[in-house]
Amino acid sequence: MAAKLATRPRDQLPRSRRGASYLARRRRVGYLLVLPALIALALVAIYPLLYNLVLSSRFDVATEPGTQHFVGMQNYHSLVVDPAFWGDLLHTGIFVVISVTLEFVAGMILALVVNRKFRARGLVRASILIPWAIPTAVSALLWKMFFDIRSGFVDFALSALHLPGAQTVWFNSPVLAWVPIILSDMWKNTPFIALLLLAGLQTIPQEIYESAKIDGASSWQAFWSLTLPLLRPAILVALIFRTLSAMLVFDTIFVMTGGGPGQSTEVIAYYNWYKYMVSLNFGYGAAVAVVITILALLLAGIYVRILRQREGFVT
Amino acid sequence: MRTWFGRTGFYVLVAVIILYSLFPFYWVFKSSMESSVALNQPTTGMLPVQWTFVHYEAIFAVENFLRPLLNSMLVAGLTTIVSVILGSMAAYGLARMPIKGKALILGFVLLVSFFPQIAMVGPLYLVFRHLHWLNTYQSLVIPYLILALPITTWILTAFFGQIPVDIEEAAMVDGASIRQTILKVFAPIALPGIFTAAILGFLLSWNDFLFALSFIQSPNMDTVPLALVNFRNAYYVHYGQIYAGVVVASLPIALIVLFLQQRIESGLTAGSVKG
Repeated sequence: MAAKLATRPRDQLPRSRRGASYLARRRRVGYLLVLPALIALALVAIYPLLYNLVLSSRFDVATEPGTQHFVGMQNYHSLVVDPAFWGDLLHTGIFVVISVTLEFVAGMILALVVNRKFRARGLVRASILIPWAIPTAVSALLWKMFFDIRSGFVDFALSALHLPGAQTVWFNSPVLAWVPIILSDMWKNTPFIALLLLAGLQTIPQEIYESAKIDGASSWQAFWSLTLPLLRPAILVALIFRTLSAMLVFDTIFVMTGGGPGQSTEVIAYYNWYKYMVSLNFGYGAAVAVVITILALLLAGIYVRILRQREGFVT
Repeated sequence: MRTWFGRTGFYVLVAVIILYSLFPFYWVFKSSMESSVALNQPTTGMLPVQWTFVHYEAIFAVENFLRPLLNSMLVAGLTTIVSVILGSMAAYGLARMPIKGKALILGFVLLVSFFPQIAMVGPLYLVFRHLHWLNTYQSLVIPYLILALPITTWILTAFFGQIPVDIEEAAMVDGASIRQTILKVFAPIALPGIFTAAILGFLLSWNDFLFALSFIQSPNMDTVPLALVNFRNAYYVHYGQIYAGVVVASLPIALIVLFLQQRIESGLTAGSVKG
């Protein structure tokens, strides 16, 4: 190999110079390769965010053309004193806590089941993934129809099993309207949590369970004192991603209830969309968007801190 | 873990899980075959009262459902192509080239995937309105890059990092240029990873509702989710057509998932857990 190399002319250059220029060239090519993606992301993601910052300091309502002007912090002030904003924030918080908790428990059960080896395991893994691949808006549409008194299966099942709740018009009740919303969200998103937890479970060596068993630990004890702590990184990642997307829930609410009855199922993303696209109040909408962005970036900060604590963050 | 459930209990649990995941699809299929009359009366059983194909005929003949299918395919396809090209380039640079600030660049890419989609709606709407781009394919493909490009870049960087460098080094030693090495030696090995990233990018764009709702106002530009939701905004709710539309739109997605499940799983976990 060495002899073959030596016959090439460029190998007759002084070793140091050849190495340095080659490295510099590779570095230059490297930057050129990364640049287009960075420019694209800056244009489609950073630019709108900065635009929001500017927009939020202006009066800009599309239905009143020619009246745009600088208003300083006034949009933020109107936002803070709007009880609807706080109400929607509260709805969002409750939705996040309930849906993420339920999805986490269900996802953990799913992950533990498919982590075991059994016949048709591959089929089960694929079938739990299918709901995840369905568009959120379509899942919402389906569950809205499932809860319909006539064509849905919920009412049919409840009456067939003689359970209470048959003939309920779920979407007329400020509280019960959340049931289909959360079920639709669970159906669509539990697979995602299960998948992340499953990936975590598969990194845990089986031997430690064997030795725990020899030491007389029950399965339940092994789960609490071995599985859960070892799964901590996967759990945190799953919870953060789900919290983020639950916090930003929009499609499900828009399709199922439109925020109703009244404003009882309105969430923060819906509030923002309404200000932007229905009121066409872009200044005010931008102020809401800035608040939502800050909340999302706080979660991102927590995520990065968790990743930093683990080895192998960057290649 | 092994003695957690008895054997029977375990299989009951498996059955419940499959039922929970797939029964809604059965119901959609069953309802899509049901007549409108039956759909407007309380459900009587697990099978259609009278099997009918009218809803399938109606979505193509009356609603022109082929158009949103093509729109979605085109928009998600274009987004995927752009994301995979830009993402592969960036990932090769990050995984292979001696550039500085890799952690910073990957951190930035990750940060973008945390940006709330809703916050982009207002500014992008104003920009697209100014450019007269509302109701166009580019008003979807461009914002969809926010959804697809970060995850594509992230996944590909993880995948490329796992491919051993030896073969490329050997090619370079033999005098191949950087360009030749990438296209002739590296690309064939990297293809499965690129394919995985492409599936995920495609699904993420295909599933969007918010951007389509905000930037598309004419029915012939509707994407699939938008068209399905709009079926009911006519004079009365076309349950049968919605059900039939969901069957038609979900079938390809379900097949993709069934056949490519392992790829999707590895992509999703490479995108977040492995980092």
